[in-house]
Amino acid sequence: MLEIVQNSKAAIAAKIALARTVALISGRAGHGGTTLPGRVVRAVDPGISGRLASRLPRGCMLVSATNGKTTTSAMIARIMEEESISLARNREGANLAAGVATALLKKASLGGGPGAELGLFEVDEAVFPEVARQLDPKAVLLMNLFRDQLDRYGELEHLAEIWRASMARLSPLTTTVINADDPLVAGMARLRPEQSLCFGIEDATAGGLVSQHASDSKYCTVCGHPFDYEVFYMGHLGKYHCPNCGNRRPSPTVFAENVSLDGMRGSSFDLITPGSSRVRVDIRLPGLYNVYNALAAAAGCTAMGLAPAGIVRGLAAFSAAFGRVETLSIGGKSVCLLLVKNPAGFNEVVRTLLIEPGQKSLMVALNDRIADGRDISWIWDVDLENLAGGVRSAVCSGTRAEEMAMRLKYAGVESQRLNVRRGLRQAFQAALDQTNSDETLYVLPTYTAMLALRQVIHQHFRPEGEMGDLVWK
Amino acid sequence: MEVKIAHLYPSLMNIYADRGNIITLSQRCSWRGIGVRVDDFGPGETPDWQAYDFFYLGGGQDREQLLVARDLAAKGAGLIEAVLGGAALLSICGGYQLLGEYYRTAAGDTMEGVGLFKAHTVAGSRRCIGNVVIESRLGGSKLKLAGFENHSGKTYLEAGQEPLGRVVSGYGNNAEDGTEGIIYRGAIGTYMHGPLLPKNPGLTDFLLRVALSRRHGEISLAALDDSLEDAARAVAVKAAR
Repeated sequence: MLEIVQNSKAAIAAKIALARTVALISGRAGHGGTTLPGRVVRAVDPGISGRLASRLPRGCMLVSATNGKTTTSAMIARIMEEESISLARNREGANLAAGVATALLKKASLGGGPGAELGLFEVDEAVFPEVARQLDPKAVLLMNLFRDQLDRYGELEHLAEIWRASMARLSPLTTTVINADDPLVAGMARLRPEQSLCFGIEDATAGGLVSQHASDSKYCTVCGHPFDYEVFYMGHLGKYHCPNCGNRRPSPTVFAENVSLDGMRGSSFDLITPGSSRVRVDIRLPGLYNVYNALAAAAGCTAMGLAPAGIVRGLAAFSAAFGRVETLSIGGKSVCLLLVKNPAGFNEVVRTLLIEPGQKSLMVALNDRIADGRDISWIWDVDLENLAGGVRSAVCSGTRAEEMAMRLKYAGVESQRLNVRRGLRQAFQAALDQTNSDETLYVLPTYTAMLALRQVIHQHFRPEGEMGDLVWK
Repeated sequence: MEVKIAHLYPSLMNIYADRGNIITLSQRCSWRGIGVRVDDFGPGETPDWQAYDFFYLGGGQDREQLLVARDLAAKGAGLIEAVLGGAALLSICGGYQLLGEYYRTAAGDTMEGVGLFKAHTVAGSRRCIGNVVIESRLGGSKLKLAGFENHSGKTYLEAGQEPLGRVVSGYGNNAEDGTEGIIYRGAIGTYMHGPLLPKNPGLTDFLLRVALSRRHGEISLAALDDSLEDAARAVAVKAAR
């Protein structure tokens, strides 16, 4: 009975109208309205997301990972744009169940039509099982699990456990797109061998023989014996096998070869997909982590039935997701914003900076708000020792500016090169002042520091050229 | 002069950036012209207990902690002898629990510990997470220490055992009796990570003095400029409120 009422046209229209009213009010109140409408409607009808998603003609796709889900989702969106496929899509920071519901409600017409062909949702690692159960997705893209914000999620192993448990509940028609290079994630492919598509990097020159200190999962996920690694690409991502029980990396069917990293100028690789010849992919983003993002986007789109040509065009046209890698020009000085939010991602930023020549002018902004993680231990897992010799000066800012400066000091940066300015505006001014006109200032903020700093730059520093959306809409 | 540090299970027990504590010990030695040597010991590898001045054991995830518990059982006697012989030891979170008498799981099973610390741990139902500040009396003087805790196990000290400090804000050993950690001779167990040593140079230098005195007698350490460390601690203390 309840089901009938929930499904009636009038009932759906009423809920969509309710969502719009809430969006209007919360928008006026200065909030983005990216989660509240969904939260309100879900309180009345917890099944609303599933009902709306089932009307999308191409179904929906979920993207989850510790690192790269925002950039990868944005890449997929750009590829879909190339293919003229319309999207219902949530935004970063709205990646819990209510954010997904809001995105669906916003697109839907009062008559209950979906208003888009495909749903594309990045979802928080901890809520992925819940959202997957509600939406019955056509494809789920599972990229990686790194140590991120343990104070929020409990331990890594627990996350892997709930992901594993959710595999059995997926529909047999769902394709799981899985990173073969991450042993914690790759195990999921074994649970649904027929419905999984694995991707990975096949280029030993892109990695190293020694792992970074932030590596998380160097022990066999089946028997606990240490893995033998042929190559480490990034953190614990690489080519591995267990000499004890034989557990090994699955062979990827979508993979990257001949990876070429050209620092801040960009990266390229050969993309090989099942049943088609190799194509060269050029992206404008730096670092191996963005090669992974592009490869994951390509694998996800392959699973959705798209051809390589459109994938290559979309990736080439993609510039950057909000605040991930942005280059601005302020008073003739070049400013590069690089988000850092956990050891693996920060290590990749360090690796990219090391490719750039010369002594660097840096600003690092460390916040400890909930979205950054209250526990700031993680900065001690970053291999900042590698960068220390290349730091000419560093301004440390954010709510935990002192801890960041102390980290750099213990990494080997001399105290006189360090400058602590808690306030972002003063810190950014000081960092600009210490940067010569022909140099680049590299700004490394954590998540909430990035949001605040973009506002500060926009309001007080007149960046030349387009800065992109100031806030996620 | 050289401090010899044995880092036990560095790749299994390193969940809370334990490496930061090792970096801090090493740097504060080298800034003073004191040599430092850090050797790693994994499962199946046994250090020469008499040759090291400092033992370090960090925190791990459940799966890894279980692997270590099995391996550590055979090493307990050597480790206790080293501490009785004057070595310094720092154990954090899971490492602290493993060095107690036992750990009782939620299912009621009992896992034997090394028994260095007269304390035991019981699995708890809620996680104690957040910034933590304690007041300690290391070496006779009052010292405020700041860190971050994230544990569900509740640790209880036996009567007469000395905690590392009294909780000013946060949960501590068990969120009940106001104690945090334990100190027994030169050995410390604590739930405080963050990591602990960088912003608590008073504690770091206390441990270094213990370690150095094992082979070099009473040592006075040269003063360092700790203004950045003190500022970082002050911010951490505020964050705990």
